[in-house]
Amino acid sequence: MGLGRYVATRVLLVLPTLFGVTLITFALTYLLPGNPALVKAGPLATPEHIREMERQMGLDRPVPVQYWRYLSGVLRGDFGESATTGRPVLQDFLQRVPATLELTLASMLIAIAVGIPLGVVAAVRRDGPVDHASRLLGVGGVAMPTFWTGLLAVYLFFYHLGVAPPPLGRLSPGVMAPTALTGLYAVDALLTGNARALGSALHQLMLPSLTLGFSVMAPVTRMVRATMLEILESDYIKAAWAAGLPRRTIVYGDALRNCLIPVITLVGVVFGFLMAGNVVVEIVFAWPGIGNYAVTSLLTKDAAPIQGFVLFVAVVYVLINLTVDLVYGVVDPRIRLR
Amino acid sequence: MRPLLEVENLSVAFDTDEGTVGAVDAIDLDVRRGEILGLVGESGSGKSVTALAVFRLIRPPGRIAGGSIRFDGRDLLALPEEEMRRIRGAQIAMVFQSPRTALNPVLPVGRQIARLYRLHQGCSAAEARRRTLEMLGLVGIPEPERRARDYAHQLSGGMCQRVMIAMALATSPRLLLADEPTTGLDVSIAAQILDLLRDLGRRTGASIVLITHDLGVVAGLCDRVAVMHAGQLVECADVRSLFREPAHPYTRALVRSIPRVDREVTMEPVPGVVPSLLDAPPGCRYADRCPDVLDVCRTVKPARSARARDHEVACYATEAARVAAPRG
Ligand SMILES: Nc1ncnc2c1ncn2[C@@H]1O[C@H](COP(=O)(O)OP(=O)(O)OP(=O)(O)O)[C@@H](O)[C@H]1O
Ligand code: SF4
Ligand SMILES: [Mg+2]
Repeated sequence: MGLGRYVATRVLLVLPTLFGVTLITFALTYLLPGNPALVKAGPLATPEHIREMERQMGLDRPVPVQYWRYLSGVLRGDFGESATTGRPVLQDFLQRVPATLELTLASMLIAIAVGIPLGVVAAVRRDGPVDHASRLLGVGGVAMPTFWTGLLAVYLFFYHLGVAPPPLGRLSPGVMAPTALTGLYAVDALLTGNARALGSALHQLMLPSLTLGFSVMAPVTRMVRATMLEILESDYIKAAWAAGLPRRTIVYGDALRNCLIPVITLVGVVFGFLMAGNVVVEIVFAWPGIGNYAVTSLLTKDAAPIQGFVLFVAVVYVLINLTVDLVYGVVDPRIRLR
Repeated sequence: MRPLLEVENLSVAFDTDEGTVGAVDAIDLDVRRGEILGLVGESGSGKSVTALAVFRLIRPPGRIAGGSIRFDGRDLLALPEEEMRRIRGAQIAMVFQSPRTALNPVLPVGRQIARLYRLHQGCSAAEARRRTLEMLGLVGIPEPERRARDYAHQLSGGMCQRVMIAMALATSPRLLLADEPTTGLDVSIAAQILDLLRDLGRRTGASIVLITHDLGVVAGLCDRVAVMHAGQLVECADVRSLFREPAHPYTRALVRSIPRVDREVTMEPVPGVVPSLLDAPPGCRYADRCPDVLDVCRTVKPARSARARDHEVACYATEAARVAAPRG
């Protein structure tokens, strides 16, 4: 199979999945407590007013018709309106996604930059000091929930040591957001040479991204270690030793190259997990991202943003899986050419 | 002339949670220059471990527990790791049992060979490539230019083994260890691979140690045979004497177990089970299966003694019989 056909099949296979996801998010309207018309009409509305509202929102129509309207709306980029902010959900989202993305990317960078080398060294020097340290770190990362490590980090680094800023959003008070290019403050500040904004953005990013990065570093390290150990025992690594290749080449060339293939999947999974899983951290650090938005909406029983959030997370997962598949096809000859 | 490889009193042990596994128990083994030596024995008798020990590639929990390995007069066990590395692949090479898994799945096979030319002979990239294609042609791979770009999973088992052999012979080693090189290949392909090994061995003057289960292969290909049982080397002889006058009770059972008439020469199991190597008692490890067992067999390991020219055995009963009735 050529690379072109491989890509085409993968992309086509994604469509039914996405269709299924819209069914689920649509069903959420019925599962969520509270009547959306009631929320929209306000607490003082009369029964007639509510019925009128239901008619306006199409809630009196048959379910398939409602679904069709929902689906065609989604396809047009219309995710409904937030009853709380009174703005289209899409608009609210686009405003908040960069914050979440910035936090996610920073956390992932930390998890990967520390987790992969740690896993490799732990495997190569098995039962050595690094291996033991990584195991300890792993237990910590898994056993402590992020709200706890987050609060602990705030207490230690902000309150006690004073090296971190107060956990209040993406920039210190008084610092202007840099000119928007990507929406990621740190990147925008760097691109526009705005040193003040860059410093502030990174400083604010420090604790939440460490908290989140720490929580996913453990699985990354553990998987890299396990994969690497398995590969180091494989026949082709034995053959490489027997062929007199230097240790460096064997460990960091032959073995690591093979190890990175499963790690790509892991990175994809971690990314999806972080995108959705940083809700708690966004709350702890008052981070104005989509997780924060979703929780606020949940508390006010605002259905449209929640639907939008679930759909968004699902689509991110699907797209990540697609990307992982595509990257696989490029790096692993066995998959592309089968 | 001095043998190319002299293994003396070599022991390899694995320290496991249950105890020490004596996988190789004080074996002596010489490989002469230019010969093909067959190393036979049932599964678990320590053949692969012996081969890995020659490469000094026994990894924890295993260790070389004693003895010496001399290659062309140099004591391999005393060499610094870096010097040993330079010998691996360049002077002593290995062909593995399962060629498909012994090739790196994400590197084109040509690249895996070419890098050995660069590493061991300091060739330029272009020269390494040229020699790789030449070598692939030499081991009978059609269209070397195309195949060099293939990955292991794109080649058949036989082709993979040819690539493995090309890899092993790339830098003209003087000793080639082939660990069951034809497992998993069908009979005609297996025969081709063995012919190829023999021809290349003759052409380069390399010595070959052929590890196998298959006494038929040994009879057809080898100059001498060494028989291992449960980590002990029990008999070593030139092929003709071994098949005509197998002396050790285990070898006799082995030779008897070859089906006579049909061409199929797979080894049938010898009566009894292979003893556990875990904290094995002293003495001959064949004692529990041996029809001729004596009291002394279980307490002191029999020394090897020359029975004839090029024929050594380690067995009390055999030795007693020879002394009692010398044949001159
Ligand atoms: N990592 C290990 N840990 C413990 N014991 C081991 C280990 N590797 C090998 N052994 C022991 O060494 C013995 C000899 O193994 P070896 O692989 O050399 O046998 P073999 O003669 O090559 O058998 P086969 O014909 O099946 O390849 C085995 O019985 C096994 O118990
Ligand atoms: S006679 Fe004794 S030494 Fe000879 S094989 Fe039997 S048990 Fe071993
Ligand atoms: Mg073996």
